[in-house]
Amino acid sequence: MLRFALSRLLLVVPTFVGITLIAFLFIRILPGDPVLLMAGERGVSPERHAELMAQFGFDKPMWRQYVDYIGQLLQGNFGHSFSTKRPVLEEFMARFPATLELALCAIVLATVLGVAAGILAAVKRGSWIDQATMGTALVGYSMPIFWWALLLIILFSTSLGWTPVSGRIALTHYFPSVTGFMLVDSLLSGRPGAFASAVHHLVLPTIVLATIPLAVIARQTRSAMLEVLGEVYMMTARSKGLSPSRVIGLHALRNALIPVVTTIGLQVSVLMGGAILTETIFSWPGIGKWMIDSISRRDYQVVQGGLLLIAAMVMLVNLTVDLLYGLVNPRVRHV
Amino acid sequence: MALLEIRNLTVSFETAAGRFHAVQGLDLAVDSGEVLAVVGESGSGKSVAMLAVMGLLPDTATVSADAMLFQGRDLMSLSPRQRRRLAGRDMAMIFQEPIASLNPCFTVGFQIEETLKRHTGLDAAGRRRRAVELLDAVGIPEPAQRLSSFPHQMSGGQCQRVMIAIATACTPKLLIADEPTTALDVTIQKQILDLLLRLQLEHGMALVLITHDMGVVAETADRVVVQYRGRKMEDADVLSLFENPQNPYTRALLSALPENAVGGRLPTVAAAGGWEARP
Repeated sequence: MLRFALSRLLLVVPTFVGITLIAFLFIRILPGDPVLLMAGERGVSPERHAELMAQFGFDKPMWRQYVDYIGQLLQGNFGHSFSTKRPVLEEFMARFPATLELALCAIVLATVLGVAAGILAAVKRGSWIDQATMGTALVGYSMPIFWWALLLIILFSTSLGWTPVSGRIALTHYFPSVTGFMLVDSLLSGRPGAFASAVHHLVLPTIVLATIPLAVIARQTRSAMLEVLGEVYMMTARSKGLSPSRVIGLHALRNALIPVVTTIGLQVSVLMGGAILTETIFSWPGIGKWMIDSISRRDYQVVQGGLLLIAAMVMLVNLTVDLLYGLVNPRVRHV
Repeated sequence: MALLEIRNLTVSFETAAGRFHAVQGLDLAVDSGEVLAVVGESGSGKSVAMLAVMGLLPDTATVSADAMLFQGRDLMSLSPRQRRRLAGRDMAMIFQEPIASLNPCFTVGFQIEETLKRHTGLDAAGRRRRAVELLDAVGIPEPAQRLSSFPHQMSGGQCQRVMIAIATACTPKLLIADEPTTALDVTIQKQILDLLLRLQLEHGMALVLITHDMGVVAETADRVVVQYRGRKMEDADVLSLFENPQNPYTRALLSALPENAVGGRLPTVAAAGGWEARP
């Protein structure tokens, strides 16, 4: 297991170098001059423009800029935002808990419902339950996320008035942030109604963000379960006189979870993409919205740093999934 | 009274091409302590009939019988919960593919102890002790250490020994072995058969051996049932069957044994013994 974990850890290094290169080049191939965008409508004289270009190092050759960038990164310096002048890492950390809270709720919802729906569909294969579940999953998977979000807002927020349209908590509940996670902070604040308000605000964004991963996980669980249910060891389990719940819930699910764990890990990167849209629609103050705003401002440092940090998070999740894969699959753990 | 008595068993499956009868009107009896071989070509319904006895057929199968008595109780009238109480305790089954028969995600110790947990009142330490005894009895070296092995860390022969340990954990009255040696090397085949026969004698259990191999039948069985296309063709003690087969299909089957090859060719079952294959 240790060798397996080490080999996975070693793979992180070249992946990370690749990401720095992509993050660096990505923003620079976009048209638009960052100095001009910073200057805004007032404009800037050619002398001042040249001066600022030199100050930010944009006058140097591309490779030189990349080497400087890597040098800064190795010292833990992600740079400063051109627009707010604050360190990128500080801005990221201020927004990250909002995204993490939303993503965690979404992936938990998607996993619990997706795995349950997949098991049910596989066990009731060919029945109307199977067809209804998989049909719904296909609709969920094909749904444009912004359209789905708007439909839910129209129904639950506008027509029924059950959920708020945007934000993380009602403005009447003000309290200082402790962990950055609104659910935790609202509980810690001790203010009556604060937690309920936070949950209310979280419901729709969570459903929207969880929809695609839920559909993918349900379909993957169904096909993995169907494959496992046909295995001889399932017959052995039944021949022991075990209850159907133990045969399905332990013997089948444990094997079916092996590919499902990988799928759940891959859905985390899908969540990051979905978070950008979801956060924009629900005015959720997370890193998705922050990145979109920074790209339109050509805030090189924020986009580079933000991409790198998001990529690092995704890599961390994938590394965890790889290690989990080893844990759930003894054939990987005990070679 | 026979340990297992089946009267007029029919098993059918609904297929796209219509209803397919895998077993038709089968009568079969197995006495306590007897070794019964069930032979027949692939698709003759040997395994399906025994899976019906164990209650392991999928939902797509339709099973009907005038009676399916086990120790005098009609299995057909028992609830699924009552049948699960019998399976693994009073009747057990081992399969053709030993490695595929064991769950790859659990240690062999877990898989043996699971049966004991289901059917005996033993505590965790007792189950562990019993699992070591069982592995030792089926000839696995260093049994205590092997409890923590996963199936992929063992050979096919060892996995079949583990399967036999699981099946005999609660000393069942009836053990069904569905081609237990087909997937194994010849030398291992002999060892597994010897092991099965030793355990059968030690525990006095009835052993139903489903096989294609007439050599295995001759060496191990007390009595033989020949099946063809879901029907019983012949039911005789092993000596009578080899010396004086009554049914034309049995004669055809015996004449198709490798040692009867003439000029490097074997007669087909249909051509030998004047047997006409029914549609």
